[in-house]
Amino acid sequence: MPSVSDDPRAEAVAVPGLGDDASIKVESLSVTYRTSYDKAPTLKNIIVRKGRGERTVREIEALREVSFEVPHGAVLGLVGANGAGKSTLVRTVAGILPPTEGRVEVHGRVSTLLALGVGFNRSLTGRQNVVLGGLAAGLTRDELAGKYDEIAAFAELGEFMDLPMRTYSSGMYGRLAFSVAVHMDPDILLIDEALSVGDARFKRKSFEKMRELCAEARTIVLVTHALGSVRDLCNQAIWLHKGQLAMCDEPGKVVEAYTRFLDVGESEEVLEDV
Amino acid sequence: MDLETKTPPASQSQTHAQAPVSAGPIKETTAPPSARDDGFTSERHVYRPHRVGLPPILPYVRGVWRRRQFTFELSRTKLRSSHFDTVFGQLWLVINPLLLAAVYFILVEILRQRSGGAPFFAHLMAGLFVFYFFASSVNQGAKSVVGGGRLILNTAFPRTLLPLSSVVTAFMRFLPTLAIYAVMHVIAGLPVGLHLLWAIPIFAMIAIFASGVAMLFAAAQVYFRDLSSFLPYVTRIWLYASPILYYAEEVPDRFRPILALNPLYPLLASWSDVLNQGRQPSVGLMLWGLAWALVAFVAGGLFFISREREFAVRL
Repeated sequence: MPSVSDDPRAEAVAVPGLGDDASIKVESLSVTYRTSYDKAPTLKNIIVRKGRGERTVREIEALREVSFEVPHGAVLGLVGANGAGKSTLVRTVAGILPPTEGRVEVHGRVSTLLALGVGFNRSLTGRQNVVLGGLAAGLTRDELAGKYDEIAAFAELGEFMDLPMRTYSSGMYGRLAFSVAVHMDPDILLIDEALSVGDARFKRKSFEKMRELCAEARTIVLVTHALGSVRDLCNQAIWLHKGQLAMCDEPGKVVEAYTRFLDVGESEEVLEDV
Repeated sequence: MDLETKTPPASQSQTHAQAPVSAGPIKETTAPPSARDDGFTSERHVYRPHRVGLPPILPYVRGVWRRRQFTFELSRTKLRSSHFDTVFGQLWLVINPLLLAAVYFILVEILRQRSGGAPFFAHLMAGLFVFYFFASSVNQGAKSVVGGGRLILNTAFPRTLLPLSSVVTAFMRFLPTLAIYAVMHVIAGLPVGLHLLWAIPIFAMIAIFASGVAMLFAAAQVYFRDLSSFLPYVTRIWLYASPILYYAEEVPDRFRPILALNPLYPLLASWSDVLNQGRQPSVGLMLWGLAWALVAFVAGGLFFISREREFAVRL
């Protein structure tokens, strides 16, 4: 199979000047997890369960038949209750989780800021983590050296960059994660409930940075429970409900429908940027 | 008619074939960052289901090669956390295997009731050190995927880099022990000459074999977390079944089949031939060892790669 891409997971081909305008294209995507019942799957547990005639794995349908498209330069807001499949969708777009059915097409370099914190290792210093993460994402050492100062400056960590990350406060952790994600020169930025970190000032700074990225026609996917930021930042929104696409429309309409569904009304708590 | 009903439903490989693939010779990823900005279609990824299938191998290997720096950086941070860069950290790496070799030497001397002397000690050291390179590659490699949890959950990259990095780490730990072996080699009065260069291809084959086994166990560890607890016993038995605490020629005929089944036997026997006996390794043994190394590498690698897309869900 002749294909030329840096990402081995993707059967990807560099297609110069593809006429298609979509930056992310999801076609009838279904994702089914197979997780084991045990906390840690061990040979012993599997044998014991097989002996009792129990099933060793459980299937969870995280996403069912989801289809949508995101054009270049759009900011997509993803809303939905806990367990609706938002994080699964973001991970699938990032190429971390394989789709069970359907197809995901992504045009451009993807940078992720996921709920679990960009894969930082807490016993390593901030600097080592930035380097490791960047290299894993496929950057070269030279590219990283150029970006490192920007990342450190934006995160405002100062001397903490050379301390192990277990000494960081959760705000500092989040600031570094955000800084790494936005400085990876992404065409597509996936943010999963990560704007809650940092104080009000950093939050404003991160909003500005995201607007800046939008202005450069980068695509952003934003998963959040803060419906206010969906309205402010996004120009398209998706409401996922139990793994299915409940609504895909303008952010205002989606937020309205979603809040009506939640039956909480547009109270301060929901709109407030959490 | 029967044949038609028997044909399986459209297999995954068929869906691959239908994917709109064009053989564009341009690899955009090598373009500088600024070049990416003019078009958003510079990198196009298509994700479709092949959970237990193989991704296209060639781009996969290219991805691994592109991220080789990551492998070294990961092993460097691991070494740094074990104080590899301090004097005492280095010293420990030398003292530890040296003591181990001394213990085994005394044990074997007592059991055999005749002295093998310095040349035998050199043989034991050479074998033990290279075996410990193999064992720590496999032990660390087995833990690499499960231990690399967060990175796997959050970043898309070829996962084979994790077990391969363990092999690099084990190699860095092996290097200082080579220096003490060199000293012992001279003390024992063993021949020094160009034939010693044969040790390089032999070591390379051992490293390839270790990588294959490391990848195999790394993937298996995801499904069976208790594997790492009995892995030390596997390596212990493996050590005793290898021509390290004894010369390969000394093995009685009734134990020969065990030796013949051991994939490390041809490699370790050649290793000892070159370093200890001062002769060229036999072509037969070398080819036999090469065959094992390649089989392990390809089998372990393919098993790992075919499973790696599932790791993010299983961790």
